Amino acid sequence: MTVLDPPRPATRPVARQVTIRTRRVSGRIPLRAVVVAALGLALLALAFAWSIGSGDFAISIPDVVAVLTGGGDPANAFIIEELRLPRAVVGAVVGASLGMSGALFQTFARNPLASPDLLGITGGAAVGAVFVIVLGSTGGVLATGVSSLGVTLAALVGALAAAAGLYLFAWRRGIDGTRLVLVGIGMAAVLDALVSWMLTKASIFDLPAALVWLSGSLVGRGWHEAMPALWAFAILGPLAILLTTTLRAMQLGDDSARSLGIRLQLAQGSVLVVAVGLAAFAVTAAGPIDFVAFVVPQIALRLVGGSRPPLVTSAILGALLVLLADTVTRVLFPYEPPVGVVTAILGAPYLLWLLLRTNRKASA
Amino acid sequence: MTHDILDPVSVATAVPPARLRAVGLSVGYGDQPVVKDLDLDLVDHAITTVIGPNGCGKSTLLRSLGRLLRPAAGQVLLDGKRIDKLPTKQVATELALLPQSPIAPEGLVVRDLVARGRHPQQSWLRQWSADDERVVDETLAWTSMTELADRPIDQLSGGQRQRAWIAMALAQQTDLVLLDEPTTYLDLSHQIDVLDLARTLNRDHGRTVVMVLHDLNLAARYSDCMVAMRDGEIVASGEPAAVITPALLREVFSLDAQVIEDPVTGKPMVVPIGCVR
Ligand SMILES: Nc1ncnc2c1ncn2[C@@H]1O[C@H](COP(=O)(O)OP(=O)(O)O)[C@@H](O)[C@H]1O
Ligand SMILES: [Mg+2]
Repeated sequence: MTVLDPPRPATRPVARQVTIRTRRVSGRIPLRAVVVAALGLALLALAFAWSIGSGDFAISIPDVVAVLTGGGDPANAFIIEELRLPRAVVGAVVGASLGMSGALFQTFARNPLASPDLLGITGGAAVGAVFVIVLGSTGGVLATGVSSLGVTLAALVGALAAAAGLYLFAWRRGIDGTRLVLVGIGMAAVLDALVSWMLTKASIFDLPAALVWLSGSLVGRGWHEAMPALWAFAILGPLAILLTTTLRAMQLGDDSARSLGIRLQLAQGSVLVVAVGLAAFAVTAAGPIDFVAFVVPQIALRLVGGSRPPLVTSAILGALLVLLADTVTRVLFPYEPPVGVVTAILGAPYLLWLLLRTNRKASA
Repeated sequence: MTHDILDPVSVATAVPPARLRAVGLSVGYGDQPVVKDLDLDLVDHAITTVIGPNGCGKSTLLRSLGRLLRPAAGQVLLDGKRIDKLPTKQVATELALLPQSPIAPEGLVVRDLVARGRHPQQSWLRQWSADDERVVDETLAWTSMTELADRPIDQLSGGQRQRAWIAMALAQQTDLVLLDEPTTYLDLSHQIDVLDLARTLNRDHGRTVVMVLHDLNLAARYSDCMVAMRDGEIVASGEPAAVITPALLREVFSLDAQVIEDPVTGKPMVVPIGCVR
């Protein structure tokens, strides 16, 4: 885990910038950010092809590329287009959405602990999904097909409701990052308890479905799950990038941000809506894949440098992490453990380390 | 056209009203008023210092003047227009405010902090123009921060950090600059350093500077105008010699003191004797 925290030298070398200037448009990006993003994208493309190629029926990467570019063997094409591609797309989009959402939350709250999974957004989705799974068959009202759609919708509604609750409880003449984190952690605990309680009430037949949903999995994900998440990311991702200049000013505190010309309420509202939207659609598509939104932005921050988690790099690394975790488990274990378990195994030690470090800093 | 010197219209145009004014201003948090029915004209192109005991409402006044707080009654006028009716971004090109305790995120380097002062002039498409770069370089040079430009803020000394923040406010290139306690927590030489910066800003660049200071002698030395506050009201305002008097110190600070002439500048200087309770 050394990659998470390379020692920061006391005086860092001048960060080289790539400056773009035309008559109307100008901007600059640290060279390191460009390099990391480019490498990340290249790795992501490889991971994507590898993910599609692996499974009971292995397909070589050149064959995968052939099918994806419109040629190739028709038998391969069926497997890829109907089975493997949607699953890989779900993995990549969910990872990208979670990475970006986490970066937005952490910048907003000025706190690395802020992420949709720790603040109860994911918990809200879980309450919704488990509620429908458990009630769906004991009530006997919902047929299986309807119930699958019902689970998706309920997860989305649950996530958005949790976000609304978070906003209401954390609002006191404005939104304060620390209060947001404290309220969110409290809400997450309550929602978790609610899920546990519903599980004790679940019939023995519904329990497996509920547990699989709760551990976050890409097993059996198809275009049905991929499309909503893809659309959400296609709309919210660019919106997030439009918010970068605002985020930069917001980082300096409420008073400074407003003196710099930020309309604070509007800016905060936009950031939260985009962050919550990304997380909600991601969780709805694949269940709670824990710790991605929490860990990935911090890894991206350490790779790129700077003062806040980079949005684009967080998205790229999030996609990479989820795809790799899913493919590795698929290749190594025949019974396909849920990908959420793998990300949790990677993320939990980081959470502990972060808490210990914060604690040490506070008492130092 | 002939000008009659007594014509009230031409007198009014000869002495334009101050750019930034508070008229009957009351501000509070929740129901409790902190600043009460206050009138203040900030003299253009001058250094004005607000003094007063802790908690008397100096920051509240400054934040209201900077449009960060909505008045409960009365109004703040910028160029004769209600400041709360002006677009946020337009205000940010006229007026910069450095809060009492600004927050710098971990890992932010001085140059990037100063560059953020350019936000009001920027848009999403125009994020780093040649102008932005020039202003940031100039501001760094002026505040003697060029050497430290690539240091993270969290690794600076108190005085350097304060200069970095002032540089950010200056990069906004506004005519009006409000600084809330820019010298607090600094040793004397660094306080002087910051105040010299404020003076350069005013004398060489014609900016209107409004500060909150605690050191009365430095305030008297560096200010053209002083405003003494107690319990959210202005007790006295005017030239330092008119404001810093034993009677006022007793009234505002409950301080028994002599006021002598500063041997260096001839401005008033406070020699405390004791507290009066
Ligand atoms: N954000 C706030 N919420 C509620 N009360 C506040 C807030 N900020 C300041 N106050 C109160 O307003 C009064 C004036 O505060 P302030 O303007 O900061 O004083 P000064 O800057 O003169 O020390 C104090 O009694 C303080 O407790
Ligand atoms: Mg104050």
